[in-house]
Amino acid sequence: MTTVVSEAVTLAPPEPLVAAPRRRLRPGKPIPFGRLVGVATVVGIWALASAVGLLDPRKLSAPWTVLQTGIDLARDGTLEANTAASLHRAVLGLVIGVAVGTLLAVLSGLTRLGEALIDGPIQVKRAIPALGLIPLMILWLGIGETFKVVLIAIVVALAIYVPTHNALTSIDSRYVELAEVVGLSRWGFLRKVVAPGALPGFFLGLRLAVTGSWLALIVVEEVNAVDGLGKMMYSAQDYGQSDVILVGLVLYGLFGYLSDSLVRLVERRVLSWRRTLAN
Amino acid sequence: MATDVGQLSAVRATGLVRRFGEHVVLDELNLEIAAGEFVALLGQSGSGKTTLLRALAGLDRDVTGEGTLAVPPKVSVAFQDSRLLPWLRVLDNVVLGLAKGRDVGRAALAEVGLAGRERAWPTQLSGGEQQRVSLARCLVRDPQLLLADEPFGALDALTRTKMHGLLRDLLRRHRPAVLLVTHDVDEAIQLADRVLVLDAGRIVLDRAVDVPQPRSLRDPAFHEFRDLLLSALGATATADGSTR
Ligand SMILES: Nc1ncnc2c1ncn2[C@@H]1O[C@H](COP(=O)(O)OP(=O)(O)OP(=O)(O)O)[C@@H](O)[C@H]1O
Ligand SMILES: [Mg+2]
Repeated sequence: MTTVVSEAVTLAPPEPLVAAPRRRLRPGKPIPFGRLVGVATVVGIWALASAVGLLDPRKLSAPWTVLQTGIDLARDGTLEANTAASLHRAVLGLVIGVAVGTLLAVLSGLTRLGEALIDGPIQVKRAIPALGLIPLMILWLGIGETFKVVLIAIVVALAIYVPTHNALTSIDSRYVELAEVVGLSRWGFLRKVVAPGALPGFFLGLRLAVTGSWLALIVVEEVNAVDGLGKMMYSAQDYGQSDVILVGLVLYGLFGYLSDSLVRLVERRVLSWRRTLAN
Repeated sequence: MATDVGQLSAVRATGLVRRFGEHVVLDELNLEIAAGEFVALLGQSGSGKTTLLRALAGLDRDVTGEGTLAVPPKVSVAFQDSRLLPWLRVLDNVVLGLAKGRDVGRAALAEVGLAGRERAWPTQLSGGEQQRVSLARCLVRDPQLLLADEPFGALDALTRTKMHGLLRDLLRRHRPAVLLVTHDVDEAIQLADRVLVLDAGRIVLDRAVDVPQPRSLRDPAFHEFRDLLLSALGATATADGSTR
């Protein structure tokens, strides 16, 4: 006689079949919105400390005060005008700096003459922090917009020059050999081998450049400015408004983070052939 | 220095000398390869096989000597690593540097059994598949001479056997002269018309492979030839078959 099993049989979820799992050397699965978790934790601690009265509001305002101040400043148009002024400087400096830095890297990375003329001075210049140039720049250019944009552009150009130049000069010699064997023209070699090979270095430079442009922006706006986020924060310091200073800092941070994310997004698209630890 | 050669021979090199400092790697070396001939080059590690290959490929500008070096205008090189550019898709790698259209590239990929993988990135292919792409890149150029430096060295035995079949097939159709550097004595006997052994910068053995087709590992003639090569290579080969 046969028994008919009528109930549905539930099977245990299959065990992953890994024989003696290896030590995992790459980090595990990425945590969803991983970066936000860290930010939220910091803000949470800040809020908690403010709520229980651990923080003196004159030194560090509570998050909600900062938010309220931000809204107020946005209402009366102060924030918009200052942000626009800052963004204008940063973007202009970034664009000019990226163009100049990349051009110099290409000239010195690909031509012997360029290397002789450009690389030496740039390495010397690198030993002088860009901000040390401020007095000279003011002397030459006055304390107007030009000086600010030029200084940002210098910081950006240097940031992008170093990794790009390095990537251009360290193309794998095996690929050079291949290019010779298949008879690539000089132009084809640059287009098919050198440029794509140097792109990762360029993107690294671009990320450093974007961060550098915000850094330089803060400094030049603190030296002297009639508008801009830095100016807003400095005036607030005179009146002891820690909330206004924090609004400025949050905006700087936000712009810095967003621009870096944008660069990384483009990088992922353009360098999709790469398989790295990150994915 | 390199000039074109006539129809009869694909490579004619006499008196090639290559030094690295005091170290003479190629010592007045002579080599001739007929059109369409398949020559395997054996030699101990460091004997100068790669150096010779690079000289023939025109990659080495420091080859000296009194003699001549003549190679055909169309030479392809297959490297030990497949050497695909990781930022170019498979098809773009195959037609790299070619003016003619991508259709020939597609056809070459189909020939090596990789139709449909044109848009893959090289890192998405297995080692054997990458080596096949490299082979397609060589053949799409219709070479009169194919120089290959241990192209199958990194492959497992089974994949290697499959690649041998594929190579034989492709060569039957394209008929280039071939100089194949290999460490594998059996591979040399199975594929080549002629085997050379390089030692101390000179060719110390130059012998046509007289093992009848199909060259089976079971054939006593195969063993005899292998013993000959092994002793030329300096390995102790004994008559009782300890090298089997
Ligand atoms: N660029 C170089 N500078 C100095 N010595 C070199 C250079 N290239 C090769 N040699 C020397 O020349 C000799 C032959 O090298 P080669 O690469 O041709 O050997 P090989 O026969 O291909 O060896 P393997 O089978 O290990 O690939 C070696 O002794 C090596 O050390
Ligand atoms: Mg070698």
